[in-house]
Amino acid sequence: MAKADFQVPVLKQYPEIPEIEPGATAHSSPFKSKPQFQAELGFPGELVDDWQTKALDKMGDLLGRYRSLRVYLDSCVKCGSCTDKCHYYLGTHDPKNMPVGRQDLMRKVYRRHFTLAGRLFPKLVGAEELTEEVLGDWYSYFHQCSQCRRCSVFCPYGIDTAEISMAAREIMDHIGVGQKYCNEIIGKVYKIGNNLGLPGPALADTLEGLEEDVFDDTGVEVKYPLDQEGAEILLVTPSADFFAEPHVDGLIGYGKVFHETGVSWTLSSHASEAANFGMFIGSYENMRRVALRIREAAIKLKVKRIVFGECGHAWRVAYSFLNTLAGPWDFLDQRYPVPQHICEFTYGLIQEGKLNLDKTRNDDMVLTYHDSCNVARASRMGDRPGGQFDIPRAIIRATCNNFYDMDEETIRDRTFCCGGGGGLLTDDLMEIRVKGAQPRVEALNNVMQEKGVTHMAAICAICKSQFTKVLPYYGMDLDQIVSVHQLVSNALVLTGEETDDEDEAADEAA
Amino acid sequence: MSFLSDVYAGLFYFAAFVLVAGLANKVIQYVRTPAPLKIPTTPAPTTKTGVALRMTREVVFFESLFRGSKWTWIFGWMFHFGLFLVTLRHLRYFLDPVPVPIQMIQPFGIYGGIAMVIGLAGLWVRRFFVDRVRYITALSDHLILVLLIVIGFSGLLMRFVVHTDVMRVKQFFQGLYVGHVQTLPADPILLMHLLLVALLMIIFPYSKLLHAPGLFFSPSRNQVDNPREQRHIAPWARRMEQD
Repeated sequence: MAKADFQVPVLKQYPEIPEIEPGATAHSSPFKSKPQFQAELGFPGELVDDWQTKALDKMGDLLGRYRSLRVYLDSCVKCGSCTDKCHYYLGTHDPKNMPVGRQDLMRKVYRRHFTLAGRLFPKLVGAEELTEEVLGDWYSYFHQCSQCRRCSVFCPYGIDTAEISMAAREIMDHIGVGQKYCNEIIGKVYKIGNNLGLPGPALADTLEGLEEDVFDDTGVEVKYPLDQEGAEILLVTPSADFFAEPHVDGLIGYGKVFHETGVSWTLSSHASEAANFGMFIGSYENMRRVALRIREAAIKLKVKRIVFGECGHAWRVAYSFLNTLAGPWDFLDQRYPVPQHICEFTYGLIQEGKLNLDKTRNDDMVLTYHDSCNVARASRMGDRPGGQFDIPRAIIRATCNNFYDMDEETIRDRTFCCGGGGGLLTDDLMEIRVKGAQPRVEALNNVMQEKGVTHMAAICAICKSQFTKVLPYYGMDLDQIVSVHQLVSNALVLTGEETDDEDEAADEAA
Repeated sequence: MSFLSDVYAGLFYFAAFVLVAGLANKVIQYVRTPAPLKIPTTPAPTTKTGVALRMTREVVFFESLFRGSKWTWIFGWMFHFGLFLVTLRHLRYFLDPVPVPIQMIQPFGIYGGIAMVIGLAGLWVRRFFVDRVRYITALSDHLILVLLIVIGFSGLLMRFVVHTDVMRVKQFFQGLYVGHVQTLPADPILLMHLLLVALLMIIFPYSKLLHAPGLFFSPSRNQVDNPREQRHIAPWARRMEQD
């Protein structure tokens, strides 16, 4: 079990709604961004003079640009429906981690400066000035929100705390109070092309290594092309897929699927990152700039289709925002959705019976599936609402014999975030990450006890990294989290594969 | 008495003006503010008809609240549906002749009044006994509940205990249409009832009661899930593309 200098939550058989403990995680704040990282994104390097006025000006600007912010700040009736829905509240017991508690940090300032009632009777309606203390709360608690939208499911007006967190981070960035993790990473994307700062030659090396591994395993020459002009498909995938476990097993799977169909495809060193952290910091400008790399790569490589790898919020930006940010995509093949999710691609092939899948190759695992928050509540797959739940499950069922869902209250659109989304996947927020994972890990633990589940599949790079890191705090193994396309990779019998080599395939899976 | 009637006439003209102008102002603000990104909470309908159905379920049945908190839903729905029936019943004061459906609804309006007060009481109790809800409750949240409970309770009192001359009340409001102030019955309960209703109308556009128009403008509920099929872009975002 991993060592912790904080209390790791105890897993229960039935979920419990904790009593509030005000200030329980007031101490948790991420590292502040350095001036150099701020400058690359167009933000001031440190807290500006006259920051209150500038913050309020920015808030006014956002209120005029985002209907969501205006309507959500006005509409809350404090009914309490959201109060027990946030995984960070359930894990930390801090009432400022209740969605409404978090929103109120901004709402009280909104009321003071942008509503008649708050100007005339601040005490009565809970309106407050943006003091240094309030700014401190903002920095702390708006970085204890993973923008997973679970609260918005249960709100009678659909108030989405993610919108408010994003706006708060945007305001803070504009007065020079940025978060190191997100802003440094966005800078890396601009300079190098991906979140992890892997330069083109390193990518080429890695991909070559993968080709060798797959050849050793299967005897089939599966290619993992980079910057191949004229390829049919541009694959955009989170950079963690290039080397982190279990992510890379997913990438191996995508390549095998492409190989089996015979379609030409390529990765791009320019757009070697599916993630778009511009969303986490609520910056339309930065989100657009990051998204435009994909357009540039698609034009340069003359591809006809764009397919996204397994990544949660990347799929939100891709599915919901890419057409807005970097469209129109009229130069691509209109017979296919732009962009397409790798799961949609693989599912289509399974439907057509084009993949030879041997489920028994995954018999060493009993699977469950974690719906990643941004895929579940902010995107879709396929033609029908809810395809984002059914398609990944259909792929798992087509590749595995043993599959059980977790408790209904914790899957599909009620899924719990892994605890590391929204720009919180950084070691300086470890306590929040571990505590925020509690509701998901609790449901996983129950299905492990009741159904003998051994592994949990996911389609998000953040989920995979987060669980790999936090499961050990709960006494579980870091390799219990797997990629969905890892399961595909295991089960897929390639044309011309040396099938008598079953043992090795099993080793690979374990 | 006529001085008091004049005051009430002025009050209701003012309250009606604030309600209509304040709400119109808010709605115009909501309409004018763009929603730059597609953010429906998914799974979401892929057609406009589907969105209309989703919105109807939210408005009529409080679907999301039902999923979120059963107790709040029971009390909240009782209150709102009760208030709806009460409002229909009260239309008899404002319409002449009274349409047949409004005549038929009269007894249900009474049940509605009872349900409304019980629902409000339940919602208020939650504000004291659920620690999470107590934490998020501001003074104004209590006061709005008190206001509504007193309005409902005084209405029920006039129905069951201390009757007032409803025909003169109707004449008063009919008179307001043509700028002619009729005398209101000088019953303290009636006067309090009307005073608080006017107050409710005045605070409506400046309080959390904005949740009523707000729901219709909530992007997470009113957007069609079709971002891949149809490009969605706000005017201010389009300007970036021209730079």
